[in-house]
Amino acid sequence: MEIEKKVGQQSIRFVKPIVITSSASVVGSTEGAGPLADTFDWIVEDLLFGEQSWEKAECKMLRESAKLALRKVNLQEKDIDYFLAGDLLNQIISANYAARGIAIPFFGLFGACSTFVEAMLVASILIDGGFARRVLLASSSHHNTAERQYRFPTEQGVQRPPSAQWTVTGSGALLLEESGNGPRVTMGTVGKVIDMGMTDANDMGSAMAPAAADTLVNHFQDTGTNPGSYDLILTGDLGAVGKAALIKLLQQRGYRVGENYHDCGMLIYDLEKQDVHSGGSGCGCAAVVFSGHILRQLWEKKYRKILFLATGALMSPTSAQQGETIPGIAHAVVVEFN
Amino acid sequence: MTQSQGQGNLQQQKMQQELQQEYKQLVKNVKPRPPVLKNTILAFLVGGAICLIGQLILWFLKKEGLGDKEAAAATAAIMIFLGALLTGLGIYDVIGKYGGAGSMVPITGFANSIVAPAMEFKREGFVFGVGARLFTVAGPVLVYGFLVSTVVGLIYYLIR
Amino acid sequence: MQFLLAFVIGGIICAIGQLFIDLTRSSVTPAHVLVGYVTAGAILSALGLYQPLVNIAGAGATIPLSGFGHSLAQGAIKAVQTRGLLGAFAGGAEATAAGIVAAVVFGYAAAVLFNPRS
Repeated sequence: MEIEKKVGQQSIRFVKPIVITSSASVVGSTEGAGPLADTFDWIVEDLLFGEQSWEKAECKMLRESAKLALRKVNLQEKDIDYFLAGDLLNQIISANYAARGIAIPFFGLFGACSTFVEAMLVASILIDGGFARRVLLASSSHHNTAERQYRFPTEQGVQRPPSAQWTVTGSGALLLEESGNGPRVTMGTVGKVIDMGMTDANDMGSAMAPAAADTLVNHFQDTGTNPGSYDLILTGDLGAVGKAALIKLLQQRGYRVGENYHDCGMLIYDLEKQDVHSGGSGCGCAAVVFSGHILRQLWEKKYRKILFLATGALMSPTSAQQGETIPGIAHAVVVEFN
Repeated sequence: MTQSQGQGNLQQQKMQQELQQEYKQLVKNVKPRPPVLKNTILAFLVGGAICLIGQLILWFLKKEGLGDKEAAAATAAIMIFLGALLTGLGIYDVIGKYGGAGSMVPITGFANSIVAPAMEFKREGFVFGVGARLFTVAGPVLVYGFLVSTVVGLIYYLIR
Repeated sequence: MQFLLAFVIGGIICAIGQLFIDLTRSSVTPAHVLVGYVTAGAILSALGLYQPLVNIAGAGATIPLSGFGHSLAQGAIKAVQTRGLLGAFAGGAEATAAGIVAAVVFGYAAAVLFNPRS
């Protein structure tokens, strides 16, 4: 009998094993000075990464992280069925231009900072559906490219409010396969776009928290789980403000998350010592924290079952200038390693 | 659309608005406020210091025999030069981090807002990069400055 | 004394801007603040309220961008006195030409010579 893969309203259960067989992370110097430094594969001290512009540097980071993930398991580009990637820039140029140098059929994705988990979901669906055996995925962000596109030139003397987040410079890549040894993606919940009318471009956390709450509540209902079912609930880049908002929102819905809840944006930096205000953000944030730190913890069996949720703020400078509110989205995957 | 559907939509909209209001309140409670007092004191000190430097230059130029008008114009030009130089050296954004409006409002901040985008967009070429971006902030400032001064002149002409 | 007054008055003018930024909506950018200062300076100047401040504080009132608005407005008014209607258009720019061109020239030079660091 065919096993039902769709679970409840928004969730899916994967029938085939979806194994994370390789990962790679490339980060910049600020991330390399943070508490997770020793979990990254490559710390690039030069913000330009030897390139002519920050955009080219970000592109190179994405390309290098994807290639490194392949090199680690001795696979060639021709062994891979699809490459999925995305970033924060207009027309996702980092991903598109990186894919130019990677001879694998390519899907470009945009989910703002949720892109990494969006890519994990799509990759898992491709494999489980029998359309692929191996899928490579990556997402990146760069502090300077993001600041310039979304906020102010870096040399402009602008004060950042305490709720502002620091865009992570870095790229994370994963290789997902239908067999092998490693942590497995077992379930997923696809998020809806939620807009609670927030407009502050210096407070992405609050704009995204309602989407995170919605996806989490739907996940718990669809799958019959609760926050206690997971060793770790991990959000991508809500930061200190968004995290606090999410905890309150979940309380209102009757769910208590406590010790087992962490946010990548708060893990990647030392919030006390590094001048990053509310924490890290960007496509690269969840990507490098998961590819490095979290996978290591899974391999070391510190966690056996985690719920990994990445949130994205789906605004553009144009929509912001026109006074539009900031819609948010959150996608979730369950990763297990027994 | 039938009437009941319309009412349903209206009700839904109202509920959504209430939810948004409620959420705004929630965010207000968790969001850290900017340290207004500290920021204001720093803005006062940094802004005051920049003006003091301006006054020193003005005093020196007058002492050297420049007339009031020339001294004032030369002071402005020198301050703009200093603001542009410190921006190029990567120092002004650090002052701005602490000084806030204290470094934004003086004419050195105006220079900073001219150089920062122009420098950053140099990679987009010398016409659309440097040339156009010089006026990211200076453009609006000049537009409204000229508009208001012309209106002031016209009103003065009429009531004179 | 003139130095102390320049420091205090200049500082106060800047502190008002900081309060404005911190206490109002988040969408206030440097461009909004600077446009606000130029406009406010020109209007206060036209009402005769800015010149006394310049007399007291010197650079403390001319260095903040409201001083630029003051120069623009005074330039327009004086040009109307000497040349009539045409002065309303030419006066402001003429009075501030040195500053504007200095900003463009120094700004251009700095942008071309230096590269962003952080």
